[in-house]
Amino acid sequence: MNRIDRKTSVFAYIFLTIFAIVMVFPFVWMFSSSFKTSEEVYEMSLIPDEPTIANYEYIFNYSMFPRWFLNSMIVAVVTTISVLFFDSLIGYTLAKYTFPGKNIIFILILSTLMIPTEMLVIPWYIMVRQLRWMETYWSIMFPGMISAFGVFLMKQFMSTIPDDLIDAARIDGVSEFGIFIRIVIPLVKPALATLAIFNFVGNWNAFLWPLIVAQTPKMYTLPVGVSYFSSENLTRWELIMTGAAVSTIPLIIFFIIFQKQIVKGIAMSGLKG
Amino acid sequence: MKISQKRIVTAYVFLAIPLVFYIVVRFYPMIYAFWLSFTNWRLISPKKDFVGFDNFVKLFKDKVFMTSLWNTIKYVAYGIPLVIVLSLFLAATLNKVRHLQWFYRLLYVMPYITPLVAVSWVWRWIYQRPPAGVLNNILMAFGLDAQPFLTSMDQSLPAIVVTTVWVNLGYCIIIYLAGLQTIPQEYLEAAKIDGATSRQSFFKITLPLLNPITVFLVVTQSITFLRIFTQVYNMTDQGSGGPLNATKPLVLYIYQKAFRSFDMGLASSATVILFMLIMGITLIQLLVLNKRVQY
Repeated sequence: MNRIDRKTSVFAYIFLTIFAIVMVFPFVWMFSSSFKTSEEVYEMSLIPDEPTIANYEYIFNYSMFPRWFLNSMIVAVVTTISVLFFDSLIGYTLAKYTFPGKNIIFILILSTLMIPTEMLVIPWYIMVRQLRWMETYWSIMFPGMISAFGVFLMKQFMSTIPDDLIDAARIDGVSEFGIFIRIVIPLVKPALATLAIFNFVGNWNAFLWPLIVAQTPKMYTLPVGVSYFSSENLTRWELIMTGAAVSTIPLIIFFIIFQKQIVKGIAMSGLKG
Repeated sequence: MKISQKRIVTAYVFLAIPLVFYIVVRFYPMIYAFWLSFTNWRLISPKKDFVGFDNFVKLFKDKVFMTSLWNTIKYVAYGIPLVIVLSLFLAATLNKVRHLQWFYRLLYVMPYITPLVAVSWVWRWIYQRPPAGVLNNILMAFGLDAQPFLTSMDQSLPAIVVTTVWVNLGYCIIIYLAGLQTIPQEYLEAAKIDGATSRQSFFKITLPLLNPITVFLVVTQSITFLRIFTQVYNMTDQGSGGPLNATKPLVLYIYQKAFRSFDMGLASSATVILFMLIMGITLIQLLVLNKRVQY
């Protein structure tokens, strides 16, 4: 490494570090404020003088956060399981079966990626009212039970499975559905992991549809709850920051565990474009 | 023959539930939304008459709609150059360093997976007027004037753009970085031997080769900015898109018309306009992407 290279590299690190601080500071400020008392929250100290967990106690005992946390968990887990099952089944069928209408079905499924959710929420809402699904988990979950992006991803992975393997299982007398569950699924675990992570995060963070369809606080998901709770406590910034922190902590843990898959998954979603 | 026919049946059995799902939850609602856009239906009244293009005419005469359409265009026009240029330079810099690359990348992408509602409230707190707002305190520490940010007619929309760029920056950096790592080192080394400066090789070699990725990011980010809602709903007073509609985007207008005034016909027309904007941008991508740079 010569001198010019070293000089540019020092500048590079300075530039990168300045941006890293900008990216991390809001998180630091959120956590810092959440440990402050209502008097201290207006002080500019980064580390609270008298750190307190009173805000967290308040949120867990005197607000509906535990319920919203549970709602979000139910919605994110159930939709993710459904997406994993159906998307891999569709991907497998489209990759490994020959039948009339196959290409049209694939193109039709992919074309739904271009329909913005904002356009569908009004008909969905009318549907929910007519079918009397109001105030149910199902009403929050049903639009996300299958994802078109997942179908695309799983079809790509399924087509790499050798046909011989499937034919061998058929000769051994394994049923068609048995082949899918016992032979194909274990082979596409990495793709399933990526899909699961993205779907979980997407559903955990979703706002517009739950805001429309969950009308009483007991059915709110965490983001809708945070929004509602914050507007109710508009000047209590220490409580608002605690609520924001509570909804963020699971994702930070999730992110630390799955960082590699998340980064890889994002890169994959871009390169296919 | 018999076996292949059995397989066809199996395939359709496997696809039965998904096909019903796609018809009932995607295609039928889309057609229904188009149809609603030509009716005068309000949720509370039984009247559901076909009114032709009346809703669209009404929209373009509605000052609030025009403001929100214009705001949406502003979100895209301010946000896209900022997020593309910043992420490109950060990715290019990140690609040059040997150590801690993964660590920086990790920090940059964190906002992208954080719940947008939480992000919005944290930034709303950061943007508060003095003495509460930390950003104003930082400005004042450097001897600058305090700014009104979210309460100002002029600054509130750019303030929300900055938050949105902060959220999406990491996504764009990862995609650019993946693209940069596919560029063959020989090109850059050959240019260096021929006496090209690093700036020349960046603008003459790297940038043209990244063209398809830039187009992809411009399109996906434009769609993201066109659909902006959560930030505005949570960062403005009572989710109003204020002050005085200064930050109200199209989707918030749709939300208020459909779920506050229950004017389903008019709101559906506005979603059709949003849909056309998104389709337009996607078509531009398809046209531009066919022109690949070859060496």
